[in-house]
Amino acid sequence: MLSKRIIACLDVREGKLAKSVKFVDTRDIGDPVAKAKEYYADGLDELVFYDITASSDKRDIMLDVVEAVAEQVFIPFSVGGGIRSVEDANKLLWAGAEKINVNSAAVLRPELIAECAYAIGSQNVVLSMDIIKVTVGAEFPSGYEIVINGGRTPTGIDALYWALRGEELGAGELVVNSIDADGTKQGYEINLTRMIAEAVSIPVIASGGAGKPEHLLEVLTVGKADAALVASMLHFGEYTVSGLKHWLRAQGVKVRLKY
Amino acid sequence: MLVIVDYDAGNLRSVLRACEHVGIEATISADPQVVMAADRLIFPGVGSAESAVDTLQQRGLDTALKAFFAAGKPMLGICLGSQVVLDYSEEGDRDCLGLVAGVVQKFDFADRTLKIPHIGWNAVEILKPHPLLKGVESGDEFYFVHSYYTRPKDPGAIYGMTEYGLRFCSMLGRDNLFATQFHLEKSGRKGLAILAEFGQWDGKISPC
Repeated sequence: MLSKRIIACLDVREGKLAKSVKFVDTRDIGDPVAKAKEYYADGLDELVFYDITASSDKRDIMLDVVEAVAEQVFIPFSVGGGIRSVEDANKLLWAGAEKINVNSAAVLRPELIAECAYAIGSQNVVLSMDIIKVTVGAEFPSGYEIVINGGRTPTGIDALYWALRGEELGAGELVVNSIDADGTKQGYEINLTRMIAEAVSIPVIASGGAGKPEHLLEVLTVGKADAALVASMLHFGEYTVSGLKHWLRAQGVKVRLKY
Repeated sequence: MLVIVDYDAGNLRSVLRACEHVGIEATISADPQVVMAADRLIFPGVGSAESAVDTLQQRGLDTALKAFFAAGKPMLGICLGSQVVLDYSEEGDRDCLGLVAGVVQKFDFADRTLKIPHIGWNAVEILKPHPLLKGVESGDEFYFVHSYYTRPKDPGAIYGMTEYGLRFCSMLGRDNLFATQFHLEKSGRKGLAILAEFGQWDGKISPC
């Protein structure tokens, strides 16, 4: 059987690692290439880089980061942030990314998912969804809404609808990122993750809120996620990849331990 | 020189980078002459068997690959490359290279919790030794991304099995050809260990 994946998320701004709290207050915390190498050596299963560079003229810095990581890290990694076309996606793949993450641009123009799936294969297209909790009603049957632009802009789109639509358009995996939980260290949004994981037939990666190992255990079991995204738990040295994986295995979760 | 066969199927640079990392000098080529003249060959691939087989034929690479195999030189298939070496693939209803007897078919599970494609890290049970497997152990995990799996006709061609809804062949080999369903270039140090052995392999399997 498949192992549950531990994925480290690195927010990169102008080539440097940043960690955001609820997507607003971001601070730089180091070199993304060094972090990637460190986690790889410690048994990480996968990496995700989000380019949160504000100005588009500095986005090429990200390609250098991707190149440097690809030369030294031999596990899958995906890159997101600012991908608006197949051309953007191809640049990143050529630089060495395994998969690309689309988010806001896909909400604004859903065909982007289909275009990328056709050009680079569904398995390499990850749809990242930023989600907030709202009142259940006619507009939002699931009780969750898709937001864009780093969580600042509501879209009026129901989260469960968008997950299913994304799968239909050709996304190969989904990242379910709870903006409410992001940066709080209070645990993943379990209900949301489980609802989406049960509805789609592609892998679901839970994101936002991880603060302690119990949170990973909960989302990988009760939350039915295939993978758990972690960031600050690792970046600030509180926990290690191998430590988390050994603890999860001791709780009965199948994770990859020999590397 | 080691040549990585280019048939527009996937990111060949990741295979090239992995080769460089383990100290193997390699080059990428789509030229049948260069492919046939290579000392050893990596036949990678992501995407569909349908377009892969069509592109191989258009470029005359199908004949070059058959000739290379017949010459007894070491050849390594990865992912789609491990499927296209069989006789036939259900994907696009295509006849393939026929270097190993058998067929390729799609995962089909009644159990909806088994997602397709099979994406992620999974264990490989080694059925018998092979020179390329010196650095790995039975039960080691590798990174998979695929919806189709190989069914070699001769059980002797199966070197490794993996469990996902059913037990399928995840490593196969015949004479100077070895192939993995998983992406050894994305499987961390265990995958690189197989690649490093391939860089040294003379294409012979000692009787066991």
